[in-house]
Amino acid sequence: MLDRILSAQHTIEQACEEVGREITIMEVCGTHTVSIFRSGIRSILPASLKLLSGPGCPVCVTDQGYIDAVLELAQRDDCIIATYGDMIRVPGQAGSLETCGSKANVQVVLSSTDALQLAREHPDKTVVFVAVGFETTAPATAVAVKEAAAEGIENFCILGGHKLVLPAMRALLGGMNDRVDAFLCPGHVSVIIGSGAFAEIVTDYGRPCVVAGFEPVQIIESLADICRQLADGKAELKSMYGAVVTEKGNTAAQTIIAECFEPADGYWRGLGKIDKSTLVLREPYRHFDAFARFGLEDRPGEPIPGCRCGEVLCGLIEPRQCALFGEGCTPEKPIGPCMVSSEGTCAAWYKYGRRS
Amino acid sequence: MCLAIPARIVELEADKAMVDAMGNRFKAKTTLLPDAKLGDVVLVHAGFAISLVDEEEAKKTWELFAEIENFEKTQNKLSG
Repeated sequence: MLDRILSAQHTIEQACEEVGREITIMEVCGTHTVSIFRSGIRSILPASLKLLSGPGCPVCVTDQGYIDAVLELAQRDDCIIATYGDMIRVPGQAGSLETCGSKANVQVVLSSTDALQLAREHPDKTVVFVAVGFETTAPATAVAVKEAAAEGIENFCILGGHKLVLPAMRALLGGMNDRVDAFLCPGHVSVIIGSGAFAEIVTDYGRPCVVAGFEPVQIIESLADICRQLADGKAELKSMYGAVVTEKGNTAAQTIIAECFEPADGYWRGLGKIDKSTLVLREPYRHFDAFARFGLEDRPGEPIPGCRCGEVLCGLIEPRQCALFGEGCTPEKPIGPCMVSSEGTCAAWYKYGRRS
Repeated sequence: MCLAIPARIVELEADKAMVDAMGNRFKAKTTLLPDAKLGDVVLVHAGFAISLVDEEEAKKTWELFAEIENFEKTQNKLSG
């Protein structure tokens, strides 16, 4: 193991020297963010190699307007909010699910089908599933929606907020942050969409894309591959996570996503409105849409005063450049979502001691 | 939310599976992995098996989880 790490480190050093300027590699996956920090990979990289965390944490990229819509529904006596645990502490205009909903109204679930089960158990309430996450969680939501439709469970709906990773990468390269030289592509999203999906980033923008697993050695070898490509003036798509990811991905999951959802323009924290970047329910499943059922509008929210999560998500600043970081915004008392989620960039910086 | 765990299918009925990861048993659905069989090691994410994982890869992840758990315990001990 150590020889692989040392060899990758050597490749990186040599390639960076050949490139002769700062190299910026962005990962777009919360688990990569945490793994990079936890393993201390940064400490053995040359100063000219900069690793940025992009819009890869699902909780973090969810727009404030969506959070406020969830909080509005949590106030209703006729609703139960079923959510993945990560969303509980995200602050909105009126507190968070943890503080604002009456406890009986908010239920943490581990799976979309647990939310559907709640609907079966509480026929007098409408269960609203907080459907956030990238392509990894979208098929799970689709399964629950299809089951609800098949069983005629009308007191179940979803507040659709699923995001697609490729439109966000395109938005970054298209202007938000075109300094990014290459991407370390997300492992679990790739399980669903297939490593081949990133070919368009390589072709259209000439940026190397390498799909990586989560072990430190896989990550550093992927970084070495990217650096080598940049030094050789190449831009290729590779997968270093072949044990789990295939080129075509999980076709059953892709089929069920396409059956239930269609891409629509959507709002992202920090990145604004991105074309065809959010999944909305299509016919015959539209009546499971909580926005329509409760007459809510999916609109951009008011930014949190002083919070620079948006810029952090675009890789424009590091967390420590935000005045709130560690001074009022901490994992115990978070102000912005990047400090709430354990996969958030600010939380990772805080926990793994990059504060100085 | 992104966390996915490799686990072995130890019971399977239609698309409802019981899986085992490092001795912890929990339910998972195989709807998104229709070809999954009893005994397969699968990657479980948000209650769903999303891909097959080879045995070697799963072992590495399990070891990593065990290591992290130990590390976090040590950290807590030192700080607490």
